[in-house]
Amino acid sequence: MSLMEKHAIFEKNSIVLLVGILIMVAIGGLVEIVPLFYLKSTIEKVEGMRPYTPLELAGRNIYLREGCYLCHSQMIRPMRDEIERYGHFSLAAESMYDHPFQWGSKRTGPDIARLGNKYSDKWHVEHLINPRAVVPDSVMPGYPFLAKAELDTTHLQAVVKTNALVGVPYTEDQIANVAADVQAQANPDDKNVNAFLQRYTVTNSKGEKISAPVARDFDGNPAKVTELDAVVAYLQVLGTMVDFKLYDDKANLR
Amino acid sequence: MAQQELDHLSGQTTTGHEWDGLKELNTPLPKWWLYVFYVCIIWSVGYYFFYPSWPLVTDYTKGIFGSTMRSDSIAAYEGGVKARLANASGLADAPLEQIKSTPALLEFAMANGKAAFGDNCAPCHGSGATGGPGYPSLQDDDWIWGGKLADIYQTLQFGIRSGHAKARDSQMPNFGKDGILNKDQIASVASYVVSLSDTSVTAAADGKQLYSDNCAACHGEDAKGNLELGAPNLADKIWLYGGGVAKVAAQMSEAKHGVMPAWEGRLDPITIKSLAVYVHSLGGGK
Repeated sequence: MSLMEKHAIFEKNSIVLLVGILIMVAIGGLVEIVPLFYLKSTIEKVEGMRPYTPLELAGRNIYLREGCYLCHSQMIRPMRDEIERYGHFSLAAESMYDHPFQWGSKRTGPDIARLGNKYSDKWHVEHLINPRAVVPDSVMPGYPFLAKAELDTTHLQAVVKTNALVGVPYTEDQIANVAADVQAQANPDDKNVNAFLQRYTVTNSKGEKISAPVARDFDGNPAKVTELDAVVAYLQVLGTMVDFKLYDDKANLR
Repeated sequence: MAQQELDHLSGQTTTGHEWDGLKELNTPLPKWWLYVFYVCIIWSVGYYFFYPSWPLVTDYTKGIFGSTMRSDSIAAYEGGVKARLANASGLADAPLEQIKSTPALLEFAMANGKAAFGDNCAPCHGSGATGGPGYPSLQDDDWIWGGKLADIYQTLQFGIRSGHAKARDSQMPNFGKDGILNKDQIASVASYVVSLSDTSVTAAADGKQLYSDNCAACHGEDAKGNLELGAPNLADKIWLYGGGVAKVAAQMSEAKHGVMPAWEGRLDPITIKSLAVYVHSLGGGK
């Protein structure tokens, strides 16, 4: 009986064929995916990465809720044209606290992995309310309701806790002060601003500041904390945490 | 196994499968196709040695070529920048004034600046650089923080109220909100300020005196502004947040403050220089 004839078992029995396919695909997947979980080089060593503040995280949830990812990717590929247009290619470390990550591949709009600090808050506010007001040929829909909707923080602490559960290094202190930190970041005159900044400032081993969040009235409406505050806070932090002056490109080639 | 049936017409054996009297021939794969397939398999083994491939215990095989996506893209990017600079090699070190006066450098800076402007500046200042409410026009010669090459360059590098340590920064007081002036006084000053450039508006009697006491320190006695402080010229009929007594009064009452992002670090130094030259050349450069 030759080997080819044994193959007839797979051809004549659909269940055996199914199991066979499953085993083959599993081997391929395991060899490609599993090493990424244990190889140290998967996630680069960077300075400045910190978990999102509660306000930024709330903005991120609104970003997901509104389906922004359907048109915007958040990953600058290592290719010349991408680097020229968007800046340094994205690092794995830059999305290590993203659950789920927002890399994406659909770009009806531009990639926004490094959108933070590229435009002013005012621009973002005008652009989100009516994109055509600032970019006449934009096809992005307007989100004027964000400016009116008060930010619902009922479940925000649970969201932070869940992120902590899947490995985002939120401290006890940060989890305990979610509600206060939301108010503080959206209002620079809040009495808790310093405590908030302290909680989210990243320092190196010498205690020098590497990166820190900012507290601003993002939507220009001091009366209340709106969903627009949260979204703009999130957009303004994208791609800004890693200090590329301290980043060693040569050590992280792959 | 049963005896294989021979098809006499083609000389091939059949697989023994039969449908409606038609039997399937067991024709072998074309030889050329089979050999190409084998060569591809052998070729693929080469990748194991020349390119990064196998995961190991703590690392992975790097391959003889040492090729990586990241180094390739960085090399392609740097190569592209270098190739473009071939005709303008002095740009990186040339002072701004010299770029302006050297045709080869100017040509490059203008083209480079125009491309970068469309990508980075047009969202606020408009694709024609004519600005909009809250975003100054870069076409005219009315500058808030200065229209000399060096001024524009500095604004581009560090921004205005951008949070950068070297950013340009100034603050107009909230005369109304903070109770420095009352509503009538603000209306008087606004009418005086608007009357400087609009003859159809009559200034209130106490407007000039109130202006001197409260506004002249920054905007100047002649209301022509102060570039050092980013205090706009109030006598030229160009209004960032809208003209007319009501809008000027609103800005006095609770001031809006524009933010220009810092581009240092985001754009490379040559692009920032090119942008400075480009913006300076739009029509209003001093």
